[in-house]
Amino acid sequence: MAGKTLYDKIWDAHLVDESEDGSSLLYIDRHLVHEVTSPQAFEGLRMAGRTVRAPGQTIAVPDHNVPTWEDRAKGIENEESRIQVEALDTNAKEFGIHYYPVSDVRQGIVHIIGPEQGWTLPGMTVVCGDSHTATHGAFGALAHGIGTSEVEHVLATQTLIQQKSKNMKVEITGQLLPGVTAKDIVLSIIARTGTAGGTGYVIEYCGEAIRALSMEGRMTICNMAIEGGARAGLIAPDETTYEYVKGRPHAPKAAQWEAAMSWWKTLFSDDDAQWDKVVTLKGEEIAPTVTWGTSPEDALPITATVPSPDDFTGGKVAAVKRALDYMGLTAGTPLNEIEIDTVFIGSCTNGRIEDLRAAAAILKGKKIAVKRAMVVPGSGLVRAQAEEEGLADIFKEAGFEWRMAGCSMCLAMNPDQLAPGERCAATSNRNFEGRQGRGGRTHLMSPAMAAAAAISGRLTDVREITAPELV
Amino acid sequence: MDKFTTLHGVAAPLPLINVDTDMIIPKQFLKTIKREGLGVNLFDEMRYDDDGKEIPTFVLNQPAYRDAEILVAGDNFGCGSSREHAPWAIKDFGIRCVIATSFADIFFNNCFKNGILPIALPQEQVDLLMKDAEKGSNARMTVDLENQQITTSDGETIAFEVDSFRKHCLIEGLDDIGLTLAKAPAIEAFEQQIAQARPWV
Ligand code: SF4
Repeated sequence: MAGKTLYDKIWDAHLVDESEDGSSLLYIDRHLVHEVTSPQAFEGLRMAGRTVRAPGQTIAVPDHNVPTWEDRAKGIENEESRIQVEALDTNAKEFGIHYYPVSDVRQGIVHIIGPEQGWTLPGMTVVCGDSHTATHGAFGALAHGIGTSEVEHVLATQTLIQQKSKNMKVEITGQLLPGVTAKDIVLSIIARTGTAGGTGYVIEYCGEAIRALSMEGRMTICNMAIEGGARAGLIAPDETTYEYVKGRPHAPKAAQWEAAMSWWKTLFSDDDAQWDKVVTLKGEEIAPTVTWGTSPEDALPITATVPSPDDFTGGKVAAVKRALDYMGLTAGTPLNEIEIDTVFIGSCTNGRIEDLRAAAAILKGKKIAVKRAMVVPGSGLVRAQAEEEGLADIFKEAGFEWRMAGCSMCLAMNPDQLAPGERCAATSNRNFEGRQGRGGRTHLMSPAMAAAAAISGRLTDVREITAPELV
Repeated sequence: MDKFTTLHGVAAPLPLINVDTDMIIPKQFLKTIKREGLGVNLFDEMRYDDDGKEIPTFVLNQPAYRDAEILVAGDNFGCGSSREHAPWAIKDFGIRCVIATSFADIFFNNCFKNGILPIALPQEQVDLLMKDAEKGSNARMTVDLENQQITTSDGETIAFEVDSFRKHCLIEGLDDIGLTLAKAPAIEAFEQQIAQARPWV
């Protein structure tokens, strides 16, 4: 018999029941909840007279709608947003689930606080009504986004009806060159495989360049598995993982830690495991990367030029025409000549402490050359740590707004939005039309690249900027 | 959930690839705490201009397609977020079936939970249906789930695949929470087993 992949192992360890028709019932260890995709689910429970089956395994936090200005304690101005957040307050209390309200320093983006608080652990199944749940796969947890009907299903039953996905391996060999980060890896992968390349698969990222990444970097990679079409991305746990998890508030302690470790150490893909698809990239060939269009697959090295619709075939020709028109770009323009007016550093892709350090390293002693730049830490604790490390001062002195935690301009459901035609260097994960505000234009990149763009006022190759910490 | 058996209606052509969930229902409409009422904002940014006036060239604003019940689109339909508001908006508009060459996983799954049938077909067949859809309101297609068959306005037939469990749930209009709760003893047994094996969970 062939060996098993990491995905196979986690799947098998959570299988409650299997039907003849191929659908399976999978047990869910952690259910994360935010205010946008849950009100209808709680309402459904109430109407059917059902309860939350495992409130101790259910964690809720408001993040998408919350304002990120400092005096937000005054409340949310937008009535609909306020109602959604209040609904979460009420539901969390009524159903007795773990809750981090806006006033709690631990509040933040759901995918940042799960790992931060030690809720996310290797080998777990983690779901959330949010496609970027894939982030938690960085711990070797099977984590994916679900719809609101499924949120209700998990609340009521602590299980999910699933069909097993196929196995895809993405290997990044060798080492990254200076100035190249996890974000550049994942943008390069999506540029190669396309946004539908992972549809129907669970991706496992492996190889020397992945092993060398910190947990923060691994989360950046898995976060965007969904942008490559895969519901979930995985990275096998190792010493880096254990080191990160150990001592977190909800991580196992003492004897339970030992027991957990002995299971976690079995969580890797066997040498003779079968893969349905394999993609390999050389770490050395990855350059600092930016997107030029309105799909995350529209990514190129910063040294390239804006492509022409003629460079493509099939449905992509019309899509590129539309994208260039929307983005206000002309084919042949060097990417590093594209002027920007806004910079957004934050989101569940790049709103962790390491991301802020990378940006601050570039910004130290410099001033921004854009209309507006903001840093939105991924959680209250990231914000506190950045203040302690002096990063907040570097950002503020450079001219950045220093914000409270939340999703902010990643999706602009809150007051942080682009105006029509504004062009933004963003560290988030989606450059869809209107994502950051109607008519807004988004270029995705790493925190260091976004910082470089902030000080030059145009998309910039971070390698042109001398920063002592840039290695 | 509403049952889905046979649908006979107008199909609207939307020959775009990578139609993402932000296009289907922009985030400003996710602030609702209800499932209904999103139909007027389906494809909002393509459908209305900055002043909120209809853009006459957009397919669903054309007289022939205002009551479309089927949508024919390009590759990777529904990519992006997990928002179930996307299928809610589609359904609220009156569309019960989406045909494309491929779908994003989460969206595909969400459709079935809401009585919408997503059908993936090879390019040539989607091209054929797209042409048929372009004929306007006289061209009514039939989607027969029981027999897994689409009939074009000219009477041409195309077979499609659908997962048997999901087909069963759609035809019967079943709520899968109820189905799963019937397996409560298996869930309990599993919980006891992991309480031993993985007590830290
Ligand atoms: S930061 Fe952006 S991608 Fe992440 S959960 Fe919030 S809205 Fe979604």
